[in-house]
Amino acid sequence: MKIVTRFPWLLVYAIAYLIFLYAPVLLLPLFSFNDGTIVAFPMKGFTLKWYAGLSGQETLLQAMVNSLIVGLVTATVATSLGLFAARAYVRYQFKGREVSEGLVMLPLVIPGIIVASSMLVLFLSMGLKPSLTTVILGHVFLALPFAVSIMKSAFDDFDQSLEEAAFDLGESVIGTFRRVTLPIVAPGIIASLLVTFTVSFDEFVLAFFLSGNQPTLPVYIWSQIRFPAKLPNTLALGSLLLLASVVLLLTAEYFRRRSTKSA
Amino acid sequence: MAGFLKTEAGKGLALSAPASLYVGLLVAGPLGILVAYSFWTQTYVDIDKTLTWANYIEAASDPLVRHLMLRSIAIAGAVTLATVALAYPIAYFIAFRTQKKTLWLLLITIPFWSSYLLRVFSWKLILGFNGVMNSALLTTGVIDEPLTFLLYNEFAVVLTLAHAWAPFAILPIYVSLQKVDRALLEAATDLGCSKLERFLRVTLPLTIPGIIAASLIIFIPTVGDYVTPSLVGGSQGKMIANLIQVQFGPANNWPLGATLSLVAMASVGFVAILFVVTTTALGRRIR
Repeated sequence: MKIVTRFPWLLVYAIAYLIFLYAPVLLLPLFSFNDGTIVAFPMKGFTLKWYAGLSGQETLLQAMVNSLIVGLVTATVATSLGLFAARAYVRYQFKGREVSEGLVMLPLVIPGIIVASSMLVLFLSMGLKPSLTTVILGHVFLALPFAVSIMKSAFDDFDQSLEEAAFDLGESVIGTFRRVTLPIVAPGIIASLLVTFTVSFDEFVLAFFLSGNQPTLPVYIWSQIRFPAKLPNTLALGSLLLLASVVLLLTAEYFRRRSTKSA
Repeated sequence: MAGFLKTEAGKGLALSAPASLYVGLLVAGPLGILVAYSFWTQTYVDIDKTLTWANYIEAASDPLVRHLMLRSIAIAGAVTLATVALAYPIAYFIAFRTQKKTLWLLLITIPFWSSYLLRVFSWKLILGFNGVMNSALLTTGVIDEPLTFLLYNEFAVVLTLAHAWAPFAILPIYVSLQKVDRALLEAATDLGCSKLERFLRVTLPLTIPGIIAASLIIFIPTVGDYVTPSLVGGSQGKMIANLIQVQFGPANNWPLGATLSLVAMASVGFVAILFVVTTTALGRRIR
């Protein structure tokens, strides 16, 4: 009998596909250490000067602060809204629940340019000038589906008898929420905060339309991409941003898993 | 009222209201004002609020609008096809050929936890005339002259977006492959199906819901994508979003911009419904 070992075509394809997925992401950090102003092979020597050149740039620093403010407020508001909504979807049966659940997922499927342009028109006709406030309003809208779905899976595994026990032992509604519910879904809340922060931190199109003269970090990067002379600095900045996003989301994933395993 | 809030339904509504009101208002408000603007016209400095179809007539008769709209839909179609076709074998591999499913799923999602803008920017650097790809091929002697067909065309847009949307195709298809009852596959083999036949007549039809989900998730936002055509599309790869941005920015013709947004949304919806209907019908015929 002849034994035919099949060539693992699919595995080879899967590895090639992974290279396709990772190459563009790893390229920025790779060339950010390259001692040359053009992004091409062969690479020159190793340098850290592009990173050093980032310090002391006033507009960059301001954009960073703007992004942090927008991200923190967005994460807090979206997670709070998502927390209550998810709690309602998982715990209560009510008329219009499915409509409401579908509605909060809507921001995921509307093309970004349409969201951005229509919000700009709305805010301006309401007398709201483009600013960090309008960016936050838009980012909460975009981040909400993420917050709701993370919080939903956190509440899914939540044992209700724990709350009932707390009631029976004389805790008030608020006391039960604070001392029983909140600690158990806390990992989900942390995951949601991190994910929604990152959604906001990386978002470009909405911020491009709504930020006016208060650019966030991606809007700042967009303005720098046009200048070839600034390319290496942009690479260094981009690499730092990539690193921040991946670290934040890996942490979020860790907490998300804890939140669904704990029950 | 206080009594209602104590009931199951009342609590549910009260808790979910802030989120659904927020999204509802920010969908209805902008959409309403967009519709209003689309019937107004831009005069030199002001908005003329007399209701008119002028913008719709302009959008319908301007060959540039029609051209960009059709190209956006064609590019989004090509992106959807390419992404789903490239992703299907990966989803199949993870569902059927490996034990380390969680690891593989994590591996394919990590790259997408980074800024979309930066990934598109990176493709621009890879595909450029003096870029990474050309310089690598020149240094290794594969080519003598830089390839010029890489950047600033539809190809670059499709490639970049096929990369950007990868996990959105892999995950839904993977989920539908996981749901395929393994007993059905055994039965097909026992009844004499070849491997190919088994795939075409059992596995593929059963995963059509996953393919539809993936296609819609990719197609709808891609039609209105702004960043990719701007950075890697060049003049050949411009899409409808670029024209919309021009109306709201440099051209300062909001009524026309509003009309274009609405027309784009309606076209996307129409094509999406058409797609779902035909694919579902096709799936039934194969079975």
